[in-house]
Formats: sequence, C-alpha cells, structure tokens
Amino acid sequence: MPDTHEDLDTREDDVALRVRAIESLLIEKGLVQPAALAAIVETYETKIGPHNGAQVVARAWTDPAFKARLLSNATGAIAELGFSGVQGEDMVVVENTPTVHNMVVCTLCSCYPWPTLGLPPNWYKSAPYRARVVIDPRGVLSEFGVDLPPEKEVRVWDSNAELRYLVLPERPAGTEGMDAAALAALVTRDAMIGTGVAAAAGAGGAP
Amino acid sequence: MSHMAPDAGWLGGLAPPSMPGDPSGPVFREPWEAQAFALAVALHRAGHFTWPEWVAVISAEIRRAQAEGDPDLGSTYYRHWLAALEKIVVAKSLADDVDLRLRRLECAAHPPGKHNHPARREPIRVG
Repeated sequence: MPDTHEDLDTREDDVALRVRAIESLLIEKGLVQPAALAAIVETYETKIGPHNGAQVVARAWTDPAFKARLLSNATGAIAELGFSGVQGEDMVVVENTPTVHNMVVCTLCSCYPWPTLGLPPNWYKSAPYRARVVIDPRGVLSEFGVDLPPEKEVRVWDSNAELRYLVLPERPAGTEGMDAAALAALVTRDAMIGTGVAAAAGAGGAP
Repeated sequence: MSHMAPDAGWLGGLAPPSMPGDPSGPVFREPWEAQAFALAVALHRAGHFTWPEWVAVISAEIRRAQAEGDPDLGSTYYRHWLAALEKIVVAKSLADDVDLRLRRLECAAHPPGKHNHPARREPIRVG
C-alpha cells in the first residue's frame, strides 16, 4: 500500500461532502462557474466589510447634503460610494440623535446589509439575540456595554428580505476637526447595527 | 425559553469580545461554509431565484431546525444555509433530488486527495 493522503480523507464530514456534491452537480450543469464562485468568496472575505459602512457614516457626518440624501434615499446615496449588490438593494438608514437610539435585528433569520457591513457576526444570527432584542432592547444594549439614559427612546428595526436597516450613529464629541478618513476609523460595525456607539475621538473603531 | 430570561446573561460566550477572529464580521469558519455561501449567491445572481424566495426557504429551515432541538446560536447557521440550498435547487428544478443523492454517493466514494498519490520525500525535479 503506497503512502497516500488517506488520513486526510476520513476527516471530510457530512456537510463538506454535501457541499462538494451539489457544487460539482451545478458546475457540471453549467449553472455556476468555478471562477465566479471563487470571486464571490474572495470578495466577501476581503473586500466587503464594515469599513464600507464606516465610509458612508463618515461622509454623512461631514457632508450635510449627502446626509440628507442618505436619510431620504439610502440605497442611492450608498451606491454613490460604490456599495451595492446582493442584500443592499433596498436600504434604509435610521439616525441616532440625542433623544433616539436605533438598533437592528432580523427576527426571522439574518437579513443584513452585506455591501455596507459584510456578513453578519455570529451573535446576529443567533436565536437569543433575535428574540431578546425585541423583548428587552435596553438589557441587550447593556450586555454590549451600552447603557442608555432612561429618557432616551430605543427603536428596534426588523431587517428582512426586502429592506435592510443601517444605523447612522451619533458623531462623537471632540471630533470637530477630523476629516472623513479619520472619522471612519471611529465607526464600528456594532455602532452601525445599533448594539454599539461610535468610538470616542482618539480611540480606534473597527478595522 | 429559559435561556432568554432577562437576567440570564444571555449573550455569554456569544458577545463580540469573546469571538476570536471576528472583529469585523465576515468569517467563514470552514471552507465548506464559504462554498455553500457562494453557490447560493451565484445562483441568485444568475436569476434562478429572488432573494425573498431564498429567505423564505432558509428561514423555514431555521424554524425546522429549532423545532428539532437546535439551540440556533449562530454556529449552525451554514448548516441551515446548506439545507436551504439543497431544497431550493430541487424546488427550482435546477437539479434533481435523485441526481443530488447519487452525486453524494459518488463524492463519498472518491474523497478529495484519494488518488493514490504517493508521498515523495525527494525532489521530483532538480535542474
């Protein structure tokens, strides 16, 4: 018996086998192309992520006309920056203010604005988040380290297959002199979901 | 559900700080997750189904899994995704259920790497 890769073979479990089967069948039928599949994976692993949404937020903080367009026609305004595609077709941006804090969930599964935020974090897809954010949003926020004053209203928005919400966080105090690029570094993924707030000036946000 | 009690510290191990490798969101934990993800997106882009159609199928899969005892903590998400992919492909007549089963058997009989490729511990070409 020659020395083979057999020890690797036994580790392929059922799900990987099922994916390999359906992929090979769909490729054979010409319904998908291997190069297109590789491009999709590469794009979502490296090019699409919350840094896109952070650029949208920073632009809104520094350009009142853009902000007005963003709040009236989010899909179009976001497309101006080149962020569009699957799960970004019908965007709605909700603005945090001194009196209102917005947060987003998909109560049914995990609808999420991919072009601006990438793929959702594990907790966003979890049943406890999906259920609990509706029942006790302030408790959830507290678990994320965000404690809101009781007089601040919390609004929870339900993203679905037709439209997805993005939160426009409040611009942190002390950032008046900063340009859009520096501001974008303060905008975290969670701030745009509404489970966080933008980082203070001098602190780092999401990559 | 008891694990959603307001004082249960429900996020526990799910909270962002304890999610290594997930500072910005898009993480496939294993290659098959990325492959399954890309297949559904590619079929949608090619016009084989709308995104609301896809969401209807995957949310039904999630509900079915929950009913069967899956705690649905996010870690099984791409299993639901794969099950939805298999269902929508058959429902849209893109592939036949029997063909899919047969292909699984073929793939099981021919695992990747099992091609009698001996290890060579010397250079195979020096020049």
